[in-house]
Amino acid sequence: MKKYTDSGKKDTRSGFGAGLLEAGRANPNVVALTADLKGSLKMDAFAAEFPERFIQCGIAEANMIGAAAGLAVTGKVPFVGSFAEFVTGRVYDQIRQEVAYGNTNVKIASSHAGITLGEDGATHQTMEDIALMRALPGMVVINPCDFNQTKQATIAAAQYVGPVYLRFGRPGVPNFTDENEPFVIGKAIVMNEGKDVTLIATGHTVWEALQAAEALEAEGISAEVVDIATIKPLDVEAIVKSAKKTGCVVVAEEHNAFGGLGEAVAGALAAQCPTPVEFVNGGDRFGQSGTPSALMAAYGLDAPHIADAAKKAISRK
Amino acid sequence: MAKSIEELKGIATQVRRDILRMVCAAKSGHPGGSMSSTDILTYLYFNQMKHNPATWTRSGKGQDMFVLSAGHLTPVYYSLLSRNGYFPVSELATFRLMGTRLQGHPSVRKELPGVFQASGSLGQGLSAAAGMALGKKMDGDPNFVYCLCGDGESEEGQIWEAGMFAVHHKLDNLIAMTDWNGKQIDGPVDEVSGIGDLAAKWEAFGWNVITADGHDFESIAKAFELATAAKGSGKPTMILFQSDMGHGVDFMAGTHKWHGSVPKPEQLEDALKQLGETPLGDF
Repeated sequence: MKKYTDSGKKDTRSGFGAGLLEAGRANPNVVALTADLKGSLKMDAFAAEFPERFIQCGIAEANMIGAAAGLAVTGKVPFVGSFAEFVTGRVYDQIRQEVAYGNTNVKIASSHAGITLGEDGATHQTMEDIALMRALPGMVVINPCDFNQTKQATIAAAQYVGPVYLRFGRPGVPNFTDENEPFVIGKAIVMNEGKDVTLIATGHTVWEALQAAEALEAEGISAEVVDIATIKPLDVEAIVKSAKKTGCVVVAEEHNAFGGLGEAVAGALAAQCPTPVEFVNGGDRFGQSGTPSALMAAYGLDAPHIADAAKKAISRK
Repeated sequence: MAKSIEELKGIATQVRRDILRMVCAAKSGHPGGSMSSTDILTYLYFNQMKHNPATWTRSGKGQDMFVLSAGHLTPVYYSLLSRNGYFPVSELATFRLMGTRLQGHPSVRKELPGVFQASGSLGQGLSAAAGMALGKKMDGDPNFVYCLCGDGESEEGQIWEAGMFAVHHKLDNLIAMTDWNGKQIDGPVDEVSGIGDLAAKWEAFGWNVITADGHDFESIAKAFELATAAKGSGKPTMILFQSDMGHGVDFMAGTHKWHGSVPKPEQLEDALKQLGETPLGDF
């Protein structure tokens, strides 16, 4: 199978910070807002280079969303950053009215998403955010898989005109995609070609899916790995094409069982290409304190669980 | 060209006629607060704001902007936009009907000229207005951003988040207004969830606070004069306009009952008779 090398663990939020700085250099209208989480969101470099374009909002997320919308109306390209829970669930109605319905060019920068936020525990670990953002008409939902892809996705989000939800994480994770690969919104990326099963993954689970594919290969199973970095609009064509080829699918995501990538893929396949699908997700649960890797294992989101799900999917063909 | 007080009175009468005829035709809508804020917004749109419907764009560049944070007050808003030439007055007849640009609450989805931002879910418009004011400052655009809130709406916590944000970022190009009619849908504000001394609250938040009579054009004019003169102070301005819900029609005035309910046909006839006709004519 195609070899991916971890060039050194990096957090995807730093990819966002690097992308924001580059986007800021390319477009003087790019501005950044945060609710007392400048450091956590890796906005320091942007704030240092463009102090007049960095807007500290304090711990007041609802107002931050509205202010960003107002800035966007005047022609700015605002990135609003906080922890994933606090820029989705906490401010769902503000995003719905001011950003989605208001059709403002706001980019929601959502860090520390999912269970890998780790030790802070369930109050801060959202596994519902993809469902909330997917449900909003017109919202683009992007969940890149490593530092390089997050940087490129941030640049692409700045260039795209319209509301974007950009989801990334806290911990250092393998950095393995091509740093010069431009990000194309709405396009699935086939990471590895295979014929027995399709492993569809997003965000941190892409690396896990690649590890699972390697393990499966050792057992003589050929797994195709598809990175769905854009969850909405979903690249249905690519998913159907792969499902037709392999005949069964696993969807892995750092999200709960409801309304995320799994249901999006299952819905698309049910309509166009009924195929056995196995789901790797957090189930019907809240998170808890722990290290990111321990939590990924405990919630069944790591490579061994994906490999098990692949075998189960194959058995249902 | 600025209107005389007599002219403004005539326009306000026509706007109140529009409000009542719109909500009666649609059999829904919010006449009470529309009528308490009619005089304030009539002055704002005819004598105060620097705006030009012919060159209007949503970005508001080079013009004053307005956000209707109390988004249910669309009857007065749409009447004034049309009476200023943003769209034909005849379009008021489509209010709340299927396919209309005149949605129940302001929408940017139908590209209705004059509307800068969607509103309706309360407590959010002041934040959007603050963002617009900050955008103007960043662009060196010297114009103002106006925003109308309800007093009941001030029960929303986000209003006070925006209050802190606007002071912290020294948005002295932001002029907010509260239609302080003392009523909300469930009853008098003091009985539903008292908001106390609004003037003291906004002063404590660091705003330049002006209190005025929302039905006296001289008082309204003076308030806006003081508000615009505060530019350079580094403080945003809140004008607290004391007003009466349902103002202008005796059986509608001073009660919360007309917040979101509509007169019957015979009540409409009575109300229009009380208001009298104007040379502007009905839609």
